[in-house]
Amino acid sequence: MTENARRGFLAAGATFAGAIAVAPGLHLIAPALARGAGEPASNANRWGLLIDTNKCSASCDACVKACATENGITEQVADPRQRSQWIRKIDIKEKNGRQHSLPMMCQHCSDPPCVDVCPTGASMKRADGIVLVDRHVCIGCRYCMMACPYKARSFVHEPLTEQNPQVPRGIGCVEACTLCVHRVDKGQLPACVEACTEGAMLFGNLADPNSEISRRIAHEATTQVRADLKLNTGVRYQGI
Amino acid sequence: MNTATVLSARAATSKFWLIAAVGALISAIGFGSALYMEHHGHAVTGMTNQIVWGLPHVFAIFLIVAASGVLNVASIGSVFGKTAYKKRAPLSGLLTLAMLSGGLFVLMLDLGRADRVMIAATKYNFTSVFAWNVFLYSGMFGIVAVYLWVLMEKRLYPFAKPVGVAAFVWRLVLTTGTGSIFGFLISRNAYQSALLAPMFIIMSFAWGLAVFLITQAVMFRWNGKTLDPAILKRMKNLFGTFIAAVLYFLIVYHLTNLYFAKQVAFEKFILIDSGFAAIFWIGQVLIGALLPMAILYHPRLGQRMCAVTAAAVLVIVGAFCELYVFIIGGEAFPLDIFPGAEITSSFFDGQVATYSPSLPEFLLGLGGLGVAFMITLIGVRLISKFLPEDDAVQPDAATD
Repeated sequence: MTENARRGFLAAGATFAGAIAVAPGLHLIAPALARGAGEPASNANRWGLLIDTNKCSASCDACVKACATENGITEQVADPRQRSQWIRKIDIKEKNGRQHSLPMMCQHCSDPPCVDVCPTGASMKRADGIVLVDRHVCIGCRYCMMACPYKARSFVHEPLTEQNPQVPRGIGCVEACTLCVHRVDKGQLPACVEACTEGAMLFGNLADPNSEISRRIAHEATTQVRADLKLNTGVRYQGI
Repeated sequence: MNTATVLSARAATSKFWLIAAVGALISAIGFGSALYMEHHGHAVTGMTNQIVWGLPHVFAIFLIVAASGVLNVASIGSVFGKTAYKKRAPLSGLLTLAMLSGGLFVLMLDLGRADRVMIAATKYNFTSVFAWNVFLYSGMFGIVAVYLWVLMEKRLYPFAKPVGVAAFVWRLVLTTGTGSIFGFLISRNAYQSALLAPMFIIMSFAWGLAVFLITQAVMFRWNGKTLDPAILKRMKNLFGTFIAAVLYFLIVYHLTNLYFAKQVAFEKFILIDSGFAAIFWIGQVLIGALLPMAILYHPRLGQRMCAVTAAAVLVIVGAFCELYVFIIGGEAFPLDIFPGAEITSSFFDGQVATYSPSLPEFLLGLGGLGVAFMITLIGVRLISKFLPEDDAVQPDAATD
């Protein structure tokens, strides 16, 4: 082995060893810290999304497909009006002719009307801001669907089979985007964010002023849908 | 007892059993429909993720609102001391219990998870108007049961007024709660109005009295009795006033909506542009208000029991039209997610939602009427005190 080759080998070895040593720390810059089993969600986090509609193409529905796969929303429903839609693409045409396309899902409001109106407390907001439906307590009254300003909730009209074990769903209950809570709790990104190859969706902690999502919201123009309702949504948009 | 009397009594008994069998059948069909919906899911209904509350809610809310309203007859007697109405207080209480049961029968069996009714009864979220209503409805059963007891037990007559006042206050709160189910919905143009609570109260006055007048007419006819014309006159005048008050609230509700620019498109939709407009103008306004008022205030027709009963039937038809326009029409109008912009999606955003009620949900609603009918029928058969027994013309007739 020549001197150069030895040096190259040592440099490569040191880089590899360094990578091994640093890699566990890399998750520090991942969007979410994994939560231990039995450990409650913390209000040190408020999970949210920032969606840049300038990067969102009307022809792309990768986020919708990824959500359906991840959450097992694959049933064939005869009447499309009765289909569950946790996330959908909305095409917007403003009066001045400007057009946008964006994904719409549960906005994970800080003051969610669905939680206010739920008689049994099945609709609830976790300490980390994720709005969920407890499928064991939901009685299927659909009052939350009447209350949601974003039409973000769906009612399961038919018996379901072949569900994803991590995402229980069931006939007669109301459901909506969970922000992929089962992934977030493991420190992973929501499926829609991961699937967005255009980088239009940013997931992060709104409670941390140093997170990328907080910094961008602090310095760039962003919008809450139906901001007039003062629900303080966890999902923000850019470009509309 | 001569043979003719015995035969007539037997015929009446047979007729009773026949009517009871029809009522039981309708209730059973309603229950069967609920089981069918429970087994197959709401896929067999016309309700969707766009129109989430449908025909069962029209029936249920009619029954619940009318249930609280029919108690007014008792309140006018106990709280405001009108003798003619005191005689009618027990029947009024029975009808309240019957219709409240019928309404809750429909509401509970329409739940996606009707099997979890125990959860609804044991877990409460006190920011929810629905949760308040669980207490208000069960409390109403308790108060009206005590009220009936006080009205029928001579020893307890002195308590009739305080219990009557409690029942009156409770029923006002209950109807406020029912109106507020919609009044607190901030996201939909049709609702989100504080006006809905008093509007539901006045609707309950008219609908409840309509149900009472029909029941009273049938009971008097069945028993071969004639209603004192002075009492008929008082009741029909009160009825006419209630119908006019409902119309007044309806006008104010739509005028206030028209005042706010953001509501104009919705008003145009409900009053002019959609299929709901015809139901509104013909069903709700013409059949449900103008025609009954014309009958009631007609110099000759207004004095006839059958005409007053017909007016009551028209008011109930109008009530169903009103709730259909209010509930289904209110949901059919697209949510204003991006105000001022045109939006489209695979989830029917920006589109008027369509709704075709299916047979099972209609039969479930009908089953609620059947349950209310059966409870009333059994009540009046078992306890003769439910039949109003008037003395001569009431001395305070001129004061109403």
